[in-house]
Amino acid sequence: MKKRVGFLSWALLFGYAFLYVPIALLIVFSFNESRLVTVWSGFSTKWYGELLHNDALLDAAFLSFQVAAVSATLSVLLGTCAGLALTRFGRFRGRTLFGGMITAPLVMPEVITGLSLLLLFVAMEQWLGWPDGRGVTTITIAHTTFTMSYVAVVIQSRLAGMDGSLEEAAMDLGARPAKVFFVITLPLIAPALVAGWLLAFTLSLDDVVVASFVSGPGSTTLPMVIFSSVKFGISPQINALATLMVLVVATGIFIASIVMARQDRQRKRDEQMAIQNG
Amino acid sequence: MNAVVSALVSGLSRIGLWGRGVVVAIPYLWLLLFFMVPFLIVFGISFSESIIAQPPYSSLVDWLKDEDAGTSKLQILLNISNYFRLGGDDLYILAYLNSLRIAAVTTLLCLAIGYPMAYAIAKADPARRGPLMMLVILPFWTSFLIRIYAWIGILKGNGVISNLLEWVGLTSGPVEILYSDWAVYIGMTYCYLPFMVLPLYSTLEKMDPSLLEAAADLGSRPFKSFLSITLPLSLPGIIAGSLLVFIPAVGEFVTPELLGGPDTLMIGRVLWNEFFSNRDWPVASAVAIALLLVLVIPIMIFQHVQGKQAEAGR
Repeated sequence: MKKRVGFLSWALLFGYAFLYVPIALLIVFSFNESRLVTVWSGFSTKWYGELLHNDALLDAAFLSFQVAAVSATLSVLLGTCAGLALTRFGRFRGRTLFGGMITAPLVMPEVITGLSLLLLFVAMEQWLGWPDGRGVTTITIAHTTFTMSYVAVVIQSRLAGMDGSLEEAAMDLGARPAKVFFVITLPLIAPALVAGWLLAFTLSLDDVVVASFVSGPGSTTLPMVIFSSVKFGISPQINALATLMVLVVATGIFIASIVMARQDRQRKRDEQMAIQNG
Repeated sequence: MNAVVSALVSGLSRIGLWGRGVVVAIPYLWLLLFFMVPFLIVFGISFSESIIAQPPYSSLVDWLKDEDAGTSKLQILLNISNYFRLGGDDLYILAYLNSLRIAAVTTLLCLAIGYPMAYAIAKADPARRGPLMMLVILPFWTSFLIRIYAWIGILKGNGVISNLLEWVGLTSGPVEILYSDWAVYIGMTYCYLPFMVLPLYSTLEKMDPSLLEAAADLGSRPFKSFLSITLPLSLPGIIAGSLLVFIPAVGEFVTPELLGGPDTLMIGRVLWNEFFSNRDWPVASAVAIALLLVLVIPIMIFQHVQGKQAEAGR
């Protein structure tokens, strides 16, 4: 028995090293003075300074944040509706197709999603005259389409794991469905909404393939800029950018987990109070 | 008075039903328009001909007007030469086989690294499971592109691994792992590992430990108990995780483009080149349809497993 515990610990250690050493190296070499990214020649923060003067990159970053914020918000709205429909509405006509269309984008190769959406936009432009050319709007629609599936799955699992008796009690007391949703269900699934929004935001901020298909001239996103510069080789500026992105993500996750843990504790305390008083 | 009340109640319940309809209809219509219809368009364009025009494909349906007879007729032209091209050219067949091979190796590597991790986390102290899983998922939140980029510096000649091997004395001179199939395996395993660990962990965590205790009481060796109890019970997790890795890996574009060599042909790369370099939209569409045909069975199994899990969760 002892030996197997040893093997498992080593496996775990190896797994975490595999996951984190590359990111750690990336961060270390962002402070390297040399242009040769992998040979250490002294500490320097000059690449961060250069990053701040790279206008093309900053513009692309601004555009990406805009697209990510709008598409994450849209996909939380759509994903919540979809999650509700799949968990609370029982059987309705076309449910199988609906369920299929929700899960398929999760595993669909990005090249297919990108190509098919581009062909749709081209065909729509031909027949309807909209969208007029491709740009921020088409990227936002494309990102909403593939991120809403992730949001729907997150919300669906939260709703499925939730105790339905509170909603039923409110319904029995005569609350209308809309009121039940806004007063009871929405506060209970709020953590899932936040998680879904963050997930959609990061997925959008990360996408290079779909955006390359559906973007037009003048709408280059941050991943597209990174991708084309990485194709020409590594540069310390990208290391600096990556470090900043990792820092932002880590801070965001840290804050989110603290807030969620606090809410969870608060909820548990409230429940205990309710039990003691009741 | 009663009539008014009952009218009001029925009116309100109709709004309730109507509201329900809207809640279903909005995401439904969105997905139909932006997910279903695009596939039909790709399918249609895969039967058209590449022409030099804007957009660069011929239309399938035409109204031909005959001025003399004063009649018009509908002409539908289906061009299946795109598919013959896929079947007849070694490049495409090789790319498909390569994609399947690379995705399969990636899945096996993810399973080999991910299973012991998921098992160890599921066996850990309950209070530590959450943070341990968080550490697995965390890299997934950082940019995919950045994570692939991190490996370029590690794998290239004069990179971290090369320098390390030289320093230890195993090699004399730079070792270039970058731009090879192995670089693609490593990069893809790295990126898809969390997708394997998550479903494995959730099945292993739900497993009843008393089964293993019973087996131990009856004299079963730990390894045998693992093979005859734990492994079969975790099969749903293995299937779900493998599909979550395998399906997107077959169509992967970014990793082979950045880490692979020029001969690391994968179907996603072929599609990209047909579209962006050759501007041959019909052939790109045919490649997409053929890729979907390869993936349709794994995707259907995935949806079946996914549906079963959703049922079980309720």
